[in-house]
Amino acid sequence: MIFDDEPTPGEGLPILPGHVSPGRLERVLRAGKFAVTSEIDPPDSADPDEVFKRAAIFDGYVDAINATDGSGANCHMSSVGVCSLLTRRGYAMVMQISCRDRNRIAIQGEILGGAAMGVANIMCLTGDGVQAGDHPQAKPVFDLDSMSLLEIARAMRDEHRFQSGRKLDTPPRVFLGAAENPFAPPFDWRPHRLAKKVAAGAQFIQTQYCYDIPRLKIFMAQVRDLGLLEGPNRVFIMPGVGPLASAKSATWIREHVPGVHIPDSVIKRLAGAEKQKAEGRKLCIDLIQEIREIEGVSGVHVMAYRQEEAVAEIIQSSGVLEGRVPWYPGRDRQLLREAMEA
Amino acid sequence: MYAVRRWVVRHSRGFEMIYNAFEPVIARLDPLWRRIGYARAEGPVARVERAVKGFLFDCKMCGQCALSSTGMSCPMNCPKTLRNGPCGGVRANGHCEVKPEMKCVWAEAWAGSQHMKSGTKIHVVQKPVDNRFRDTSSWLRVVRQIAEKRAPQGEQK
Ligand code: SF4
Repeated sequence: MIFDDEPTPGEGLPILPGHVSPGRLERVLRAGKFAVTSEIDPPDSADPDEVFKRAAIFDGYVDAINATDGSGANCHMSSVGVCSLLTRRGYAMVMQISCRDRNRIAIQGEILGGAAMGVANIMCLTGDGVQAGDHPQAKPVFDLDSMSLLEIARAMRDEHRFQSGRKLDTPPRVFLGAAENPFAPPFDWRPHRLAKKVAAGAQFIQTQYCYDIPRLKIFMAQVRDLGLLEGPNRVFIMPGVGPLASAKSATWIREHVPGVHIPDSVIKRLAGAEKQKAEGRKLCIDLIQEIREIEGVSGVHVMAYRQEEAVAEIIQSSGVLEGRVPWYPGRDRQLLREAMEA
Repeated sequence: MYAVRRWVVRHSRGFEMIYNAFEPVIARLDPLWRRIGYARAEGPVARVERAVKGFLFDCKMCGQCALSSTGMSCPMNCPKTLRNGPCGGVRANGHCEVKPEMKCVWAEAWAGSQHMKSGTKIHVVQKPVDNRFRDTSSWLRVVRQIAEKRAPQGEQK
């Protein structure tokens, strides 16, 4: 998808009617295209080139890149830092903000700072507990939760005010995202909880890893029935997927990573394969193709932790881009060159 | 206590009825609170509230009670002090991500809300905690709000 109004890298797109942000992700979703996002593995380093290198892996395959905010409660380069580097090159970023490490004063400042740097998408998360990460001795903050964070971010954007009521001069033009985990109990609440997030301001959802298609189908049907996929305040749902490296690592993830549900059948399929890693990727492609067939799904979020180099191949083989080449630095020059050679 | 608080959630409907009977009574006592002075009543009332609610709900005295919206399961017992529902980390057996030995406070809340008349209140987005109210009486705050709402009408008469 090439936009005629493609800006200089680092600047936003014009905000179209019915849109809230100057970003590509919102454009792609509202245009009804099947969107693809992925997640950058933030370095344990202060080297900017590390960030550029890790982002370039996805060039041409993703519509936006998530910058995680201490995911799994592990310490890495901050999401603001990653976003500030990558937005300057023109990348579409989804800046994650977790409630675990900062209070409302810091978080609202971060929203303004991110938007000023060209972040057009903000993902409002509760965050993993500190016990899950490498600093279990840290103080968990949780001054806000994902819902109140969404409400605050929306009020900053739409009502031009901080939570305190104090006015903002220029509001952050951001498309607001949230997470959902359809695969964790209480199952009958999950669709209603999503409705609550939408009421709080969520416009797109990236889910936890999906390995259980029947459960996702039930969830999507409930979400459709609640009317969340219609109207001007509709929500776009992008299930999370990712390749599993082996049956052993799948078992470990299932036991140790909070909220990831992997059915036995998946582990059996991996265990029975000769090349487990390749089978894991194949499984991921199969999942993407099955997810795409579910009514109401708007895209996928590919989280290939420590297998980032596989993302391009997985997306390519899944065929979900249907020949679309999402923007990357230098794409338009490249396309022009190819057109001239042809 | 964990066992008590779980028992309470199982009987959330009863506790809802008790509270609904109790609220108008203390609200009617507004003249008394005013004579004593809300500020002076604060200490003793907060102590009683802490003892009663502490025993029943493991109340953490956030000062802005949400129990009627949370199936009588106190959200401040959630290790992430979430006010709006469960995180994504709830274990397959319904236990907490952070404290595996404890039932997820919000899984309990959902079950509790299903028995309550005002069960749909769980779908309303709650504001973040106002930390200035910590360790103060939620009862007196509610009573005062009710009295203040009533007051303008009283003046018209
Ligand atoms: S599992 Fe439940 S109690 Fe534990 S942190 Fe998450 S929401 Fe709170």
